[in-house]
Amino acid sequence: MSETKEKKKDKKLMRGSHVLGEAAIRAGCRAYFGYPITPQNELPEYMAEQFAQMPDAVFLQAESELASINMVMGASIAGARVMTSSSSPGISLKQEGISYIAGMELPAVIVNMMRGGPGLGNIAPAQGDYFQATKGGGHGDYRLIVLAPAYGQEIADMTRQAFDLADKYRNPVMILGDGMLGQMMEPVVFPDPIDPAQLPAKPWTLTGCKGRPSRIIRSLWLDVNREEELNWRLVRKYEAITAEVVDQEMYLAEDAELIIVAYGTAARIAKGGVQRARAMGIKVGLFRPKTLWPYPSEPLARLADQVDEIIVFEMSTGQMVEDVRLAVEGRCRVSFYGRPGGVVATPEEISRVISSTHHRAHPKKVAGGRASGGSRLTVVG
Amino acid sequence: MLLKSVFSGFGGQGVLMMGYALAVAGMEEDKHVTYLPAYGAEVRGGTANCTVVVSDEEIASPIASSPEFVVAMNYPSMAKYQNMVKSGGIMFLNSDLITETLPRDDVKVVLVPANTLAHEMGNDRVLNMIMLGAMVRVTGIVSEESLSQAIETVLEGKKRSLVEINQKALAKGAEYIAAHN
Repeated sequence: MSETKEKKKDKKLMRGSHVLGEAAIRAGCRAYFGYPITPQNELPEYMAEQFAQMPDAVFLQAESELASINMVMGASIAGARVMTSSSSPGISLKQEGISYIAGMELPAVIVNMMRGGPGLGNIAPAQGDYFQATKGGGHGDYRLIVLAPAYGQEIADMTRQAFDLADKYRNPVMILGDGMLGQMMEPVVFPDPIDPAQLPAKPWTLTGCKGRPSRIIRSLWLDVNREEELNWRLVRKYEAITAEVVDQEMYLAEDAELIIVAYGTAARIAKGGVQRARAMGIKVGLFRPKTLWPYPSEPLARLADQVDEIIVFEMSTGQMVEDVRLAVEGRCRVSFYGRPGGVVATPEEISRVISSTHHRAHPKKVAGGRASGGSRLTVVG
Repeated sequence: MLLKSVFSGFGGQGVLMMGYALAVAGMEEDKHVTYLPAYGAEVRGGTANCTVVVSDEEIASPIASSPEFVVAMNYPSMAKYQNMVKSGGIMFLNSDLITETLPRDDVKVVLVPANTLAHEMGNDRVLNMIMLGAMVRVTGIVSEESLSQAIETVLEGKKRSLVEINQKALAKGAEYIAAHN
């Protein structure tokens, strides 16, 4: 595309997977390692096509997921902004390497476009990997920063943020999407590209120690005291991340008596459900965590003081709902609605869930003057 | 204004391109758009469909449980979506492949013999753009100028003659509506 045309058309209609790839390249990512799996193959496809024209970039389709995550480790140790991507079963295979990367405090961006599971499951959009993403995933005491985009534009913005956060905290960052976010096209305006040479120097990388003291990056600490200190150091880092990184969207929450909590694709559907329920006169709002770890517990707790009930909607049998209950600490009732296995609910369906929850908490005014009580009479209006 | 359209047919009919072209046209009019292709372990000749939402305001859900407009390029598509179309909505049927009548009287039906019209143009493959041209003439979701312009983006890097025949097909669909409805 010519430069003038590029300027004229700064808004592009692109599928989510391609948006993520373009945003990664603009964030200075010059190394990608992966192994194919539906529904995210459009991302490696994009990286392969673009990197083929960039002499300073490396695209490699590895022989396995395990190999690809270890290539990510190596590139990160050498100082590169590096990314890998997969979908649920493939992410499971990468967990060993992710644990090592977290333990070695290496920056890396890992994309999971979730699909139906468990096992091989199917290729439809799902959210069954929340626990895996937010509670560590591999072995040992560690956390990933987990970002959950819901819009095409947010995929672009969060991908940039993911690389920045990974470098800033020397911590792997996961972008948690699903098959639908990856396939859907929306207009996107990209941030200006970063020149990787202009990024802040990383004083810890292994680049050859000629003329300087040697450095060691490792994950084996046979001295338990040093391993304990590493664990506490990670905790101190995680506390700093928790204080600085949490983010959420609140939609029609100011006067809400009822809140629905959802993330990613589920939040888009829930937002449609909120709009329908609002049209029926129900004061409902949406709380959408944009960071799943750290979880925006405090803003949610404040909302819990204001509302009668929180409904959690996930495309799973109920995983994030546990973090919601921890955040709310009994301030209000928390209920759950889920569609696991790759089923995509409709906004209409969610508005019915909202409506039934609302009516249980708020008895309708009925003919005969009894505002509440046992007998169900004809509904007025 | 928020309008949801579903395009459906069998693989090879150009169903995804119809939706993509409409979404690009909407974007070029600075509207909010989402384009959601159905994906799966699809095979040639299997079913293909996509959902396009065009709106003046931010689009919450890209999923349309009750679309205003449905374009069905074959009978299985009509059967799949005939109960989902919003009451008062419109179903566009490829009358070359669909002879069945719609069992609803609250939905308007627009019949377009897309295969025949494409064959008349000497290019059987442009049936999708004929149908899209007809659909946009009836619905006015985007302007016909934007739609024609969108073909330049959709077929960017392709031969000039290919862009032109697709643009002509859009016009032919629109003309068919002007002459028959």
